[in-house]
Amino acid sequence: MRADAVSKFYGQREALKSVSFAAEPGEVVALIGPNGAGKTTLLSILAGLQEASSGSISVERGDVGWVPQQAAVYRKLSVGENLRLFARLEGVADHEAAVERMLALTGLHERARDELGTLSGGNQQRVNIAIGLLADPPALLLDEPSSSLDPRQRAHVWELISGRAQERGTTVLFSTHDVGEAERYADRVLVLADGELLFEGSPVALEEAVGSRERDFEAAFVRFLRERGH
Amino acid sequence: MRWLLLKDLQILRRSPGLLALLVAYAAVIGLPVGYGISAPPSKPKVAFYNGVPASQNTFDLGERRVDASKYADELFEDIDPIRVDSREEAIAKVRDGEALGALVVPEEITRQLQNATELPGVSEPPTLEVFYNADNPLKRRYVEQTVKARLSDANLALSGEVTRVAANALDVLLAGGPFVLPTETIDVLGLRRAKALLEGAQRGLPAGDPQRAAIQQVIDFADVAITSLNFANPVLGAIAAPIRVDTTEVAGGNGSLEGFAVAAAATIALMFVAVLLGAGMLALEREEHAFGRLVRGLVRPTGLLAEKVLLGALCAFLVGVGLLGLLSLFEPVSLGRAPQWLGALALGAAAFAALGVAVGAVTRDVRAASLLSFLLSLPIAALALVPSGTVGDTAFDVIRVVSAAFPFKPTLSALDAGLNATRGVALPAVHLVLLAAAYVALARVALRRFGAR
Repeated sequence: MRADAVSKFYGQREALKSVSFAAEPGEVVALIGPNGAGKTTLLSILAGLQEASSGSISVERGDVGWVPQQAAVYRKLSVGENLRLFARLEGVADHEAAVERMLALTGLHERARDELGTLSGGNQQRVNIAIGLLADPPALLLDEPSSSLDPRQRAHVWELISGRAQERGTTVLFSTHDVGEAERYADRVLVLADGELLFEGSPVALEEAVGSRERDFEAAFVRFLRERGH
Repeated sequence: MRWLLLKDLQILRRSPGLLALLVAYAAVIGLPVGYGISAPPSKPKVAFYNGVPASQNTFDLGERRVDASKYADELFEDIDPIRVDSREEAIAKVRDGEALGALVVPEEITRQLQNATELPGVSEPPTLEVFYNADNPLKRRYVEQTVKARLSDANLALSGEVTRVAANALDVLLAGGPFVLPTETIDVLGLRRAKALLEGAQRGLPAGDPQRAAIQQVIDFADVAITSLNFANPVLGAIAAPIRVDTTEVAGGNGSLEGFAVAAAATIALMFVAVLLGAGMLALEREEHAFGRLVRGLVRPTGLLAEKVLLGALCAFLVGVGLLGLLSLFEPVSLGRAPQWLGALALGAAAFAALGVAVGAVTRDVRAASLLSFLLSLPIAALALVPSGTVGDTAFDVIRVVSAAFPFKPTLSALDAGLNATRGVALPAVHLVLLAAAYVALARVALRRFGAR
């Protein structure tokens, strides 16, 4: 997955300022930054929901699994029906097999017939992620996948995402406000502030960038932003 | 699109309460509004006091005895009478609001009618008293107009009666025969017989008799009188009904009021179901956050809109057919014209659903979409039902333009034409197709706001 000098304007406001980065197969990359940094805008452009004002991206819409922040599912349909519907819309050849695979992956086999609206937020988010993975895409984009989840549900979700990257070599790019999560699960972090890509590297490299005094990644991240005027 | 349509039908099936409410609402609103707009206003309650004793209801008109009470029946065709026992009680009913007006027939009306026919222009004309409640100017005007119109009918009927009596008298004068007077029946010689007698008498006189010239003068006078009176009957007929009314419709249909009510009820039901479903189900895609996922490659935005139009139109069409089936129990629906009215139903449903989709495309959630649908639908229906001539020219032109921009009026026209054969279906059908296309295009542009490219 690759972005080259991607910029986005909303009227006069520049939401993204010539952002460039690349992610390798099997790599998990976290996109972190304060509110309004442009994280969702960048993910939306990569997902094909928006067009960049300038610059280019190297991924095709069909090659990217998209997992929006809020579960994009039908609450009146069952878990199985949601998965089946999106498998058909994705054009998955053997949609029943894909549904079975995703039910196994999310551990929701027993609740396959339950209406989605009756599931907990964590389970709904698992279905949301499973839908993003139905077509077995080489790249997966997730917008704050674990926000509003409790720690146990969060662990389940990350188990699912990390397993996908390790076992299938899926490139994963996710945005998060939880910098601890980024430190724990990401191989690399991208720090975005006011539409500008300020840092690209491992969490350790970010700590080193602000000096070895900071032991805490979150404190290092805040200090990093402050030192750069954000 | 097939899978999305099945998904939406599945969602609707799992919301039976909502669906039943939507269908019931459409029918409950459609039926009374449809019949309300086409039904004549209910008869106003009018207190009625008849001061004439039953035994004195009749008066003599020439040789005929006329019952005055039958002319009062003319009034009761359009009013709901509350019969009272005195003039004061009638006025009290109006004052208390129990009756919108009061009609008082004075005791002396029969005598006045008798005098009017015997001494026209000399005696006081028969006079009825009418009292109104002016609390509600609209109702007052209605009662006033109703009473005036019915009294005109009664006057006309009475003058017809007088004319018939006069014509009969002239016939007797011309041809002779028995003539009935209140006290006796006399045998009238008649002008024709008088002329014949005179001619006979003249022939009996000697050729040089000076009486022959005098008799000839009387014969000539009788000739002129006979010729003139021959014209009298048609002239009197013309006086009895001086104006003939010839009605020709230059615009609109010639269907029945009941047929129009059926079309209006079905149109209203179509509107609510199609607009609410089209708007609501499209807005639901965003409310469920599935919209972005769908339009980023799984479905073309135009395909998504077409699916919602199809869904709204299909459901509205089925409700429309069901409603027409129900209404056919009371007002027969022509099965021979089924292709026309089924086509009108389908096109109307599609145009309404397209309008709903446009509403759904500019709103962010189902509640906003539903609210906007109601806000839009009700005035559109109300405007489309404003009859010409009830507002000023400019206002009506504005109403026509506004109504033409929405599917209510063309759907009503198409259904009325399809059900009642009042006009051609083609023109409103083309109008509906154009509107449906325009609304889908509008919705497509509006969706760009939500990221659909």
